[in-house]
Amino acid sequence: MMTELAKETIYQKDFQTVLEQTKDENLRRLREKAFAYFTENGFPTPKNEEWKYTNVSQISDFRFQISNFKSESNELLNAFDFERNGFTALHLAFADVQIITIPKETSVEKPFEFNFRADENSANFPHIIVVAEAGSKATIIEHYESNGASFTNSAIQIFIEDNANLTHYRVQKESAESYHIGTTEINLKRGSLYNSTNINLGAKLSRHDIHLKFTEEGGEAFVDGLYMLGGEQHHDTHSEIDHALPNCVSHQSYKGVLNDKSRGVFNGKVMVRENASGTDAQQSNKNLLLSNDARVDTKPQLEIFNDDVKCAHGATVGQLEEEELFYLLSRGLNETLARNLLTYGFAEEIVNKIEVESIKKQLDEAVLNRLNADLGV
Amino acid sequence: MLLEIKDLHAGIEGREILKGLNLTVNAGEVHAIMGPNGSGKSTLSKVLAGHPTYEVLSGEVIYEGKNLLELEPDERAREGIFLAFQYPVEVPGVSNSQFLRLAYNEKMKHHGTEELDPLEFNDLLKERAKIVEMDSSFFKRSVNEGFSGGEKKRNEILQMAVLQPKLAILDETDSGLDIDALRIVAEGVNKLRSSENGIILVTHYQRLLNYIEPDFVHVLANGKIVKQGGKELALELEEKGYDWVKAATK
Repeated sequence: MMTELAKETIYQKDFQTVLEQTKDENLRRLREKAFAYFTENGFPTPKNEEWKYTNVSQISDFRFQISNFKSESNELLNAFDFERNGFTALHLAFADVQIITIPKETSVEKPFEFNFRADENSANFPHIIVVAEAGSKATIIEHYESNGASFTNSAIQIFIEDNANLTHYRVQKESAESYHIGTTEINLKRGSLYNSTNINLGAKLSRHDIHLKFTEEGGEAFVDGLYMLGGEQHHDTHSEIDHALPNCVSHQSYKGVLNDKSRGVFNGKVMVRENASGTDAQQSNKNLLLSNDARVDTKPQLEIFNDDVKCAHGATVGQLEEEELFYLLSRGLNETLARNLLTYGFAEEIVNKIEVESIKKQLDEAVLNRLNADLGV
Repeated sequence: MLLEIKDLHAGIEGREILKGLNLTVNAGEVHAIMGPNGSGKSTLSKVLAGHPTYEVLSGEVIYEGKNLLELEPDERAREGIFLAFQYPVEVPGVSNSQFLRLAYNEKMKHHGTEELDPLEFNDLLKERAKIVEMDSSFFKRSVNEGFSGGEKKRNEILQMAVLQPKLAILDETDSGLDIDALRIVAEGVNKLRSSENGIILVTHYQRLLNYIEPDFVHVLANGKIVKQGGKELALELEEKGYDWVKAATK
């Protein structure tokens, strides 16, 4: 019991420092509440249904130093649901906040890029707030990397107002010794469009939680992603798409490529509430296992409380198709090359969606690197 | 001699389908293999290309003096064998040009000739694509994905045009084609036909042979070649139907 308590209070001293540096009254109050929640609840354990397949005990055993930061404050932080679990609470207690607003009726060509690079033995709590005002159009990119063993516990809050259009790329390429926990909250207003691609390549243990909510009618969202794992990597995507209002459309396509002894988890919940008639929700999760020791647990969940909807979901777990393989062999590609090309193609279906050429190229390379293949791209 | 098949017995899942097939193909020749459904036409195509689910029970296949059956499918391809698939496979996420350049360069590497970089290859691809009237919009698209039936077959012939095989086996390339696509595909094959290569046309119908004139026609029934002749045999077959051959072999 004593040791349990010790784990959760290792941040106590750092927290006092952060609190002293926080001048904004609202943010101070939030931090205190969040830290109290964390101290009381600690990190989630596999007893918690939402964390059944992802054991985070190694994170709580690890000693990190809080990295320096200066934080902005904003009342939108009050909307962040820190009581989801110990990570969201710890995140808000230490959150290093940046805010961007895309002014209404403005189309911004150049993507907003957030590049985070965690130092060895550091703990990082970046928090981004994005407000896409009515009729605006923009692209944001989150990029996570690290120099060594580190802990990143990030969050982004996205507010897309009437008829705004936001494209969002999230790329996680942390080092093989790192721990990465991320939370994405999206709120869509009337007639807005959100198009996201979430790429998970790095970290020893990573978890990404997505909470998307249609708060007015007529929104549309694409929530796509890829996890490509090797070694003993573990990745868990938990996604929740909430059709709370009528006539909204959501598309979700997640793919996993798992090699060696890696482990993937996909849990995708789509909720269609009572008055959400005219909902169109599509979800798929396809997994490619490249090794007998790799494993994936996939659980697409549809909860529908309205009859006037169009919903489909499905999940697959499998190996490369023999017919596809033979086709490539019959064109003279050797077996290794053929297998790599098919795996690359499987992953590229997600990467190809990315419209920012520099990011796409970088990911192409990362995917090839992962395959250890020269495909002459 | 380009290809010599001697008393070939082969099958799938323990079932014998080819029951003693003999066939000789020389460079510069086009051979049509015709036969009813289930006669073993596709089995022959797959066995020559080295499909792993087909099993050779006995017999010999000599290709350019080598034992073809000892080679892996990819080795056969690099040595100049090409199978145009009856049902071309879709490869999502891999562009046509990327796929073709890899295949082309693997072959070049094997023969110790120069590989091409993307720009050089693109020029070659553009040139070869004219043979099947394909424009460059096809290059960026994923291999066969979302292609119509006709586009898939044209894409097979484009691959043949790029890889320049010594022995091409076209497995029911005419199936599912409308008259325009059939003309394009056939003209493509005619342009690729030369004194250096041999072509085996596997087909159910005589229709294709109006466009690609064979030097020899072989009729396959019950796993054996039961009748051979020139192009006029195909017409006779069209007129009398396969029952005529089947009856004659009983």
